[in-house]
Amino acid sequence: MASAETASRPSFERRLPTSQIILWVVGAVLAALIGYWLIKNAVESPDRFLEVTLIGVTNGSIYALVALGYTLVYGIIELINFAHGDNFMLGTFQTNGIVNDGSFQIPLFPTSFVLALPLGTAATASSSSGQKIYTILMCLFFSMLFCMVINVSIERIGYKPLRNQPRLVPLITAIGFSFILQDVGLVWKDAGPQPLPNILPTGNIFHWRGATYGWNDFIVIAVTIPLLIALSYLVRSTRSGKAMRATAQDMDASSMMGINVDRTISFTFALGGALAGAAGAIYALYIGTSKFDLGFRLGLFAFTAAVLGGIGNLSGAVLGGVVLGLIQAYTEGFWDARWTTTVIFSVLIAILVFRPSGLLGEQVPEGQ
Amino acid sequence: MSDQASPQAPKAQNRSNSTLSSWRASYRRYRKQHKWLGWGIPLAVVVLAFSYPWWGLEGPLAFIFNDGLGIDNDTLFNMSVYVMLALGLNVVVGYAGLLDLGYVAFFALGAYTLGWFGSGLFNNLDWHFLDTNASRLPGIHLSFWVVVLLAGAVCAIAGVLIGWPTLRLRGDYLAIVTLGFGEIIPDVFRNGDDIAGHNLTNGVRGLTLLDRPGFGETLHDASGGILPVRYTSLELRPWYFTVLAMMLITVFVNLRLRDSKMGRAWIAVREDEIAASAMGVPLMRTKLWAYAIGAIFGGFAGAVYGSFINGIFPTSFSFQISVIVLVMVIVGGMGNIWGVIAGAMLISWLNFRGLDKIGSWISDVPGVSSDFSIAKYKFGIFGALLVIMMLFRPEGLIPSTRRKAEFAEGEGQATLYDARA
Repeated sequence: MASAETASRPSFERRLPTSQIILWVVGAVLAALIGYWLIKNAVESPDRFLEVTLIGVTNGSIYALVALGYTLVYGIIELINFAHGDNFMLGTFQTNGIVNDGSFQIPLFPTSFVLALPLGTAATASSSSGQKIYTILMCLFFSMLFCMVINVSIERIGYKPLRNQPRLVPLITAIGFSFILQDVGLVWKDAGPQPLPNILPTGNIFHWRGATYGWNDFIVIAVTIPLLIALSYLVRSTRSGKAMRATAQDMDASSMMGINVDRTISFTFALGGALAGAAGAIYALYIGTSKFDLGFRLGLFAFTAAVLGGIGNLSGAVLGGVVLGLIQAYTEGFWDARWTTTVIFSVLIAILVFRPSGLLGEQVPEGQ
Repeated sequence: MSDQASPQAPKAQNRSNSTLSSWRASYRRYRKQHKWLGWGIPLAVVVLAFSYPWWGLEGPLAFIFNDGLGIDNDTLFNMSVYVMLALGLNVVVGYAGLLDLGYVAFFALGAYTLGWFGSGLFNNLDWHFLDTNASRLPGIHLSFWVVVLLAGAVCAIAGVLIGWPTLRLRGDYLAIVTLGFGEIIPDVFRNGDDIAGHNLTNGVRGLTLLDRPGFGETLHDASGGILPVRYTSLELRPWYFTVLAMMLITVFVNLRLRDSKMGRAWIAVREDEIAASAMGVPLMRTKLWAYAIGAIFGGFAGAVYGSFINGIFPTSFSFQISVIVLVMVIVGGMGNIWGVIAGAMLISWLNFRGLDKIGSWISDVPGVSSDFSIAKYKFGIFGALLVIMMLFRPEGLIPSTRRKAEFAEGEGQATLYDARA
């Protein structure tokens, strides 16, 4: 209705409606208060601030990996893949199995029977370094493979036949798959938290007054950044990446140009799944525990990160992930961990209200 | 079933030649010849529903309904509450086409309104208004019927407050924002035991000892003992009749809304936002009304549910409830009241009793281990139901004619919502 009013006037006379002005003032005041609060904390205890920031960046890089899966899929078919977070959760469970039982496992849903492929990867905190490195690499590889297969199968079974339906339909299918995957996790492992031994290297890289930065924190970044570089290369400089970008821009036109749209979309889901698997492996190894309902909440946080950065925008998802990790760390470090969920979802809502295109701008299919 | 005459209707009918459609076609022909069916069938259904305790719980058919299907008083009550919730969500999702993934927020808000105005939470206060408790308890105690209305009002206000900044967002962003609110509101209730030093929600301990509905001594005597002074947890029939009456009001309001000017505006917005706007439908106001009215029913349901359960805990208002209610609306047939009622009854029965019953039937089969538990598979079954429904019958079990036509158009993309307002 706003557009109907403004269209009749010449553009130089366009004024913001009062409601918009109020919204922006409220937003500016909030931003100023938050900035003041952060600076105050940084000045009061710089070492604690540094420590919290490092935790935020480390957690944020995990969010970034999951967020990339959301943003890749949304960028190409404009679907919020709710099942993605639960796919990530299955990645953590796979890692759990590889470390605890030393085997790659395939849960046969709906029975609680599990096919296991022994890898000799069982490791504990006291295993040799060689064994640990082998286990970590196997965790990454098999977790990525596992999540990739799940993601592509879901796309083939559930989303592909619904591509021409109203967007609500695949969205609800995604929620359905999210429930199914959660149940797979529940039947596979049990309802309680699933711990695994810490096999990441211990010890500090540096510590300054109270702030420490350990090797295990570093490993998270050390795995994430090469993955991001690889993804960036894949999307920017390869034929498949080009096909992906073309399909994301205009599905019909790219299919007319000879791009196999179905295969490109499956490829996108494969990429997203692999990233979720990698994130799952890192999460399980770094945090040391996971739970069957972990994926829902973490997936929502990661989606928030994707929206924060600008949905469909790859660098945006990474930036959003890190910013979200920081928000979470500052909330938990300087305020109250009980309010983290509220803070993160408030941030999500604020972004959608004030700047729906995100920090770096959204990139979604045109002309729809 | 819907009376909306639509030019696409015959086309959509021809396209699907399933048995169900042909039954419906012949039913429609029959109904045209026998006008009394228009009020006769609903009346029969209402009579059957109200007399259920005499023929379903005990009496001739109890062995099927009470023993076989497990529809006892508790289940019956829960089913009715969920029918109300589903009808409320139907206004938002089915009529106006706004995907709401956080409907549980209003359910929770309704329940907590009961907690605020009908329990001893604020025990330093001593406000009473027509309450039917046996003794004068500390805290705010308003009459249950007033509290139900208040719950509706609070939820409507919350709906407008939530909707005002967010309803301008396009489809799936709106879904995410509502989901966000659905997560925030229970979280606020969970942490609400210490907001600036005040205990507003009693936190994770939850609220117990809530006021129950009742009519007081005067009405009890005046009605010759039919209307109870206050409801108890032993005699469950009054609860059932109350929630059934509330449900009937919900159905009636839903029906009248659908055929009102506002209802037509909602459907116009659902079908094509830009065209509706061009025809002079104020988009924001129309959507806000849908959101607020949906919220009101959520509030009613929350208040009566909280009172019946006699305990309100932040953990009982999870995202899963939002999804289950959404599943009811979708499985039943978005936008069609009868479809939604059928879907809500089916799904809530499955959720509360049916799956357990089916599980026990399965474990009775020789060869199945006795420790087989279907509860573990509940969410998987729901998920599979959603996926299968979307793959094979995205318009729901009993879709409205108009909705079906929208789906049959096939072009997809723009039919539900896609305007970037």
